[in-house]
Amino acid sequence: MTSPTDQRPDLPAATPVPPAPGAQAMPVPPPPEQVRRVPRGPRLAALRRPGPAIGLTWLLLVLAASLTSPLWLPYGTAEQDLARRFEGPSADHWLGTDDLGRDLLTRIVAAAGVALTASLVTVLVALVIAVPLALAAAERGPRVERWTSRVSEVLLALPATIIMLAVIGVIGVRTYWIMAVLGVLISAAVYRVLLGVAQSVRQRLYVDAARVDGLRSWMVNARHVLPGMASVVAVQAAQLFGVAILIQSGLAFIGFGPADPEPSWGGMIAVASRYVYTAPWMMVPTGVVLALTVIAANAVADGIAAHAASVSGHASSGRRSGRVTLLGATHGRADDVRLAVPAGAGTPLLEVEGLRVATTEGPELVTGVSFSVGAGRVVGLVGESGCGKSMTARSLLGLLPTGVRLTQGALRWEGTDLLAGGASADKALRRLRGREIAMISQEPMVALDPMFSVRSQLVAPLRRFRGVSRREAVGLATDLLAQVGIVDAARVLDSYPHQLSGGMAQRVAIALALTGEPRLLVADEPTTALDVTVQAEILSLLRSLVTDTGLSVVIVSHDLGVIADLCDDVNVMYAGEVVESGSCEAVLASPAHPYTAALLEANPHVPEGEALPHRLPSIGGTVPAPAAWTSGCRFAGRCRFATRACAEPLVLTAAPGVPVGAVPDHAVRCVRADDLSLTAAPEEDPR
Amino acid sequence: MSATLPTPGPSASAVVPALEVRDLVVRYGRAPGRLRRRASAPAVDGVDLVLAPGRTVGLVGESGSGKSTIAKAVLGLQAVSDGTVTFRGQDLTSASARERRAVAADLRVVFQDPYSSLNPTRTIGDTLAEPLRLQGLGAAQARERAVEVLEQVGLPGEVVDRYPGQFSGGQRQRVAIARALVCRPEVVVLDEPVSALDLSTQAQVLNLLADLRDEHGYSFLFVAHDLGVVRFLSDDVVVLYRGRVMESGPAEEVTQRPRHPYTQALVAASPVPRPGEQAERRLARERLGVGSASTASADPAGCPFASRCPLATDTCSTERPALRLLGEAQVSCHHAS
Ligand SMILES: Nc1ncnc2c1ncn2[C@@H]1O[C@H](COP(=O)(O)OP(=O)(O)OP(=O)(O)O)[C@@H](O)[C@H]1O
Ligand code: SF4
Ligand code: SF4
Ligand SMILES: [Mg+2]
Repeated sequence: MTSPTDQRPDLPAATPVPPAPGAQAMPVPPPPEQVRRVPRGPRLAALRRPGPAIGLTWLLLVLAASLTSPLWLPYGTAEQDLARRFEGPSADHWLGTDDLGRDLLTRIVAAAGVALTASLVTVLVALVIAVPLALAAAERGPRVERWTSRVSEVLLALPATIIMLAVIGVIGVRTYWIMAVLGVLISAAVYRVLLGVAQSVRQRLYVDAARVDGLRSWMVNARHVLPGMASVVAVQAAQLFGVAILIQSGLAFIGFGPADPEPSWGGMIAVASRYVYTAPWMMVPTGVVLALTVIAANAVADGIAAHAASVSGHASSGRRSGRVTLLGATHGRADDVRLAVPAGAGTPLLEVEGLRVATTEGPELVTGVSFSVGAGRVVGLVGESGCGKSMTARSLLGLLPTGVRLTQGALRWEGTDLLAGGASADKALRRLRGREIAMISQEPMVALDPMFSVRSQLVAPLRRFRGVSRREAVGLATDLLAQVGIVDAARVLDSYPHQLSGGMAQRVAIALALTGEPRLLVADEPTTALDVTVQAEILSLLRSLVTDTGLSVVIVSHDLGVIADLCDDVNVMYAGEVVESGSCEAVLASPAHPYTAALLEANPHVPEGEALPHRLPSIGGTVPAPAAWTSGCRFAGRCRFATRACAEPLVLTAAPGVPVGAVPDHAVRCVRADDLSLTAAPEEDPR
Repeated sequence: MSATLPTPGPSASAVVPALEVRDLVVRYGRAPGRLRRRASAPAVDGVDLVLAPGRTVGLVGESGSGKSTIAKAVLGLQAVSDGTVTFRGQDLTSASARERRAVAADLRVVFQDPYSSLNPTRTIGDTLAEPLRLQGLGAAQARERAVEVLEQVGLPGEVVDRYPGQFSGGQRQRVAIARALVCRPEVVVLDEPVSALDLSTQAQVLNLLADLRDEHGYSFLFVAHDLGVVRFLSDDVVVLYRGRVMESGPAEEVTQRPRHPYTQALVAASPVPRPGEQAERRLARERLGVGSASTASADPAGCPFASRCPLATDTCSTERPALRLLGEAQVSCHHAS
């Protein structure tokens, strides 16, 4: 590889922009503890979406109507008017009358009470049985679970209808009891679902922590496990409720409901079906009410499920992308002057210029990032979490999360701007994605589908991208696995993702990324989840791909050691912008920005032979939230060199070591860069 | 293994150790008491370690080497198959739930994942007060203590009423540390407390732990996979591979002059942020010639590292190397010198 300094492309030298008039006097230093405000969504938030909300309203309406019915119903349930049989809707009978001239509305509403409460009995019985069993089985492990699961299998195998008919034969038509029996029968299925949930909640560390606290086991369950299961329990309950109403009506329909003058929805539908040709209307009101009630129950269930999914989505993506939800207002900021970074001979493979990424509500997550990637070069993006590294990397593939988009900037692929003419990033990049630009991420398992073997996951894209036959594709897949350093390729081809270790899975994910023979690989924290020894192997693998195949790599990492190992060039990001950029050697050996220097000092891997400091020099505070980003230096709140001048808008300028007039290969965004000597030991403990 | 192994490092003294683990064996995948023909390979196999009061023992090894399993066995979260766990001279190996509760305030834990270690439905205050209430403290006093310990770990006291969802990883880890310290424990098991954190946050948390230890004299059993981090916080280090101790001794000795081929591989693999030095280290690592991990289980009769070890000979696959004293460290290798 040629040294970065002798291949400077013809790019304008960085020039400072005059400070904007009226710029803020002082950047707001982030409060010592940036407590993020995520709106705490009560469970009901789910029900604010129209479907579930309408469903819930309907159920409450039916319930309210039946509870208050004595107050307003104009007729008695058994009040006959034989002169007015089979009538349609009229002013006297809003929903018409039945075969004996009884008011349909009255009868529907009167029947609703039993329909709803008896279904509730089923739900309660099922939950009262299933929840404690699931909790106990999850707590006690295989020994108890073996028995409970066996019993539940037996229950599930029983023919529920026949048992219920048998019960009716013995105790007669006693709706509440029958529905309770149904609850017992259904509890097995509910138990099955809840067991899985209970087991997964029990694996959360806070459950272990509570046990270490010395909490008694039932308290651990009540306080920590059950709340984690609440949404699934609620979904199950709502669905079960719908099923119970249907079954109850079905039984009444075939004659096992309340005896005649007593109304029931199933019974009324049965009567209506007898006259369906002569008086079709009679079927409509009861049928519609029954259907709506069942649909409503399911809509409520969906709503709860969707809400739970969105909440847990936040929780799991919390570390990096969850930040999207945490944003407030934004600041405008003049575009940065472009920095000339060495980018390989000729046109760089990819040039990113003035990239801005923002949420749909406005706040910006990345504000004007520029860098270029030459063929066969490795460019690093480094910084703490929340600095916009992943957002920058993802926008190179047009794979930004929903609610976040690329708002400005140029992405030049071999000199052609992909976003020219307002093309949407997603569309423009779809053509390149997989074929020219591929991605690997921190969690290799995310890239791999647990349902399919490695063979089929590699063969499908190979056939799509390279247009080869299945047989050829299998051959290529074997070669690819060998290329990523898997020795027993044949065995791995037949494995499923869960059978692979983390390092192996990441190798397979890299093989998968290579199926389209990409020229640029975007690697987002590819080794963060791996052991150091495995990390070293994956880094070696990436290095050999670069040297052997001329692949270019953009690698995101928060570990400066990883960057030092692999990268030619590095961009240090802080709060949505590049604060220092240049060759890896220049930036890491003679950092010009206080943030870079502080990151280096915080690393406990001191040079060989040097004594470890008594305390690690650390940077106090945290990265400010995007809402708090100023147009001045965003690091000012944590910088021990901050002065008044730091509040002025500032741009990337040539780093101190760069000869005057030369195109800089090392640039820094700090007003005091020239008068600081950062490679010297820190004078004071910044804590 | 023999129970007469000398204890590692200078911590071996006349004082009753805060925590002592002897010949620990833990097997998963088998309900205790039920005999099955094929016992699974143990996740922890004959581990000894001694933690003297006020000191820190680092436990390193790659994923699956049994670090967390040892931590869980010490905490009573995982049944012990063989060997003993002694806390302040009291045998906890098969302690009843009640005996465990009696030491719950003195033997605490911080878990690796700050996201799943705090119950999202309970406030920080509830979480911190829970162990105190179990010790019989009143609600008001518990809250007071919670505020106090939050301030100790560098969080404003008013966060007691917030929910974990509102905190960053580093802040959550501070809360988790506060929870461990809230009842003024003697021993804290730290299971990878900083590996989910950013470098700068990691330095803050490491400094905090060091400050708290020096100030209050806690003993830490510190699980980590990064030797640099372990070296910073620990007095002694125990290196594990596949549930067995490969090397143990004073932290400086083990991390700066590793003698076991596996420790050498670990040291060589962790990257340093200086490109020139890192390039040399990479070459040195490649020269070591340590093979990559295979999933095949090792022969229980020999050295577990034999399939990857560049020094391996026939003896290594047939004879289990015992720990022997080399310099200041105990090394389990036939050929190390
Ligand atoms: N609950 C469990 N059931 C069965 N096997 C387990 C269980 N937990 C861990 N193991 C196995 O025990 C061995 C040791 O695991 P342990 O979690 O102690 O390793 P570790 O050193 O903490 O690894 P990591 O760095 O990944 O946390 C591994 O082979 C692992 O697969
Ligand atoms: S000295 Fe540089 S890094 Fe520090 S606040 Fe000023 S401009 Fe920012
Ligand atoms: S005993 Fe043999 S195989 Fe094991 S580490 Fe020593 S030399 Fe290597
Ligand atoms: Mg672990």
